[in-house]
Amino acid sequence: MNKILLGLLLGAVLGAMDGATAWFTPAVRAQLAGIIVGSTIKGLIAGIAIGFFARKVHSLLLGIVFGLAVGFVLAFIVAQMQHGYYLEIILPGSIVGMIVGYATQRYGTAPAVPATSRQS
Amino acid sequence: MKFLSDKALQRLRESADVPDLVGTRYRLLQQIARGGMGVVYAAEDQTLARRVAIKVLDVLVPDSDLAQRLNREARVLARLEHPGIVPVHDVGTLADGRVFYTMKFVEGRRLDEHLESVPSLPDRLRLFLRICDAVAFAHARGVLHRDLKPANVMIGAFGEVLVMDWGLAKIVHDSSAETPADPDATIFQPTNLLVTEPGTAPTSAVTGHGTVLGTPGYMSPEQARGDISSLDQRSDIFSLGALLRFLLAAPASREPSESTRQKDKALGAVCDKATAIDLRDRYSSVSDLSADVSRYLDGLPVTARRENLLEKASRFYRRHTIPILLIAAYLVMRILLLLFSHR
Repeated sequence: MNKILLGLLLGAVLGAMDGATAWFTPAVRAQLAGIIVGSTIKGLIAGIAIGFFARKVHSLLLGIVFGLAVGFVLAFIVAQMQHGYYLEIILPGSIVGMIVGYATQRYGTAPAVPATSRQS
Repeated sequence: MKFLSDKALQRLRESADVPDLVGTRYRLLQQIARGGMGVVYAAEDQTLARRVAIKVLDVLVPDSDLAQRLNREARVLARLEHPGIVPVHDVGTLADGRVFYTMKFVEGRRLDEHLESVPSLPDRLRLFLRICDAVAFAHARGVLHRDLKPANVMIGAFGEVLVMDWGLAKIVHDSSAETPADPDATIFQPTNLLVTEPGTAPTSAVTGHGTVLGTPGYMSPEQARGDISSLDQRSDIFSLGALLRFLLAAPASREPSESTRQKDKALGAVCDKATAIDLRDRYSSVSDLSADVSRYLDGLPVTARRENLLEKASRFYRRHTIPILLIAAYLVMRILLLLFSHR
């Protein structure tokens, strides 16, 4: 599985699971489906971006930092749209970004370099 | 009448030993070392204008059988084309009847000297794996080294690992030979028996039952007994196990001994299995041994040791520290957020 697809799938799954934790907050339980869909889309976008980064940059530390940054920015945008729950959205979103950043650096296949040979 | 002093006598003896390379394409430069059955000199190949190492046997080899064996060794070693094995360039006989062969001149340090500059355990293990690669390759070609020890491994100037001194090597089977292999065929067969001390130079070999050859501490029990018939690749595995134990030991200690046993139980078990007294208890091939060391390097369990649950958990944590910490951080943060939001 290539890194972009891995980032996309992991981002979507973790995003959905992260969104589902809203069930524990009774005040937003009624909007659970919307939160899960929104969180999944956020995870998808973050996963694709992080997967692209992992294809280009091979560094575990930079991958995690990039995941943190992407997760933070996207979660911040979502929190802005919600006009609240900053901590509840940004903190988990950032950590999910870090996890996806780690996974895409550690796993997934990098694009193959075309082999060249020369014999004279 | 005036007697020569001991010093003068020694000097005379040394000059008499210096091989006369007249009639060959080589020009002697200096003595480098005394190795298995002969002396190694630096020489210049005047045809190709390059430096080579020339090993001249200590003993005269006038009979054709030994010359054939030497040629056979040259052919076998020439076939051992591997980056971890010193290539043989040429073989011949000097005017005085002494047999010689030339090989690549390796500039570098012996493993035991080089080890001080390799403090990290993974780096040492990676060095060990490269030694294993060379030995496994030789085994695949039917050649046993029989004298693996730190002094017989050179680390080149660019970090290349070279297994040296195949003077005691034994051909178990000759894959290219048309005739059946002689199981007791030793590459060199000089007349004297010699057992080397670790770190010392001279080594000789005679083949046949009851003959001891090798280096104490690195020599397998069957080798020590002179039980030639039971020698196989597991004898080299014993030596590799002793070599691994040496690599794991503190730099101050040069002798493989119980007091320098590695603290790490998994690697200790690998060493124990490789150096088992009964050869049936050892790894069956060098590849198995190196696979176990690779597994250790990858944070996987080694086949030489069964782990308990706690050790498994600890290894799992060591292997996946970052994701475990990230997931734990997520869960802790989620729980804290829930607790605070319900207040």
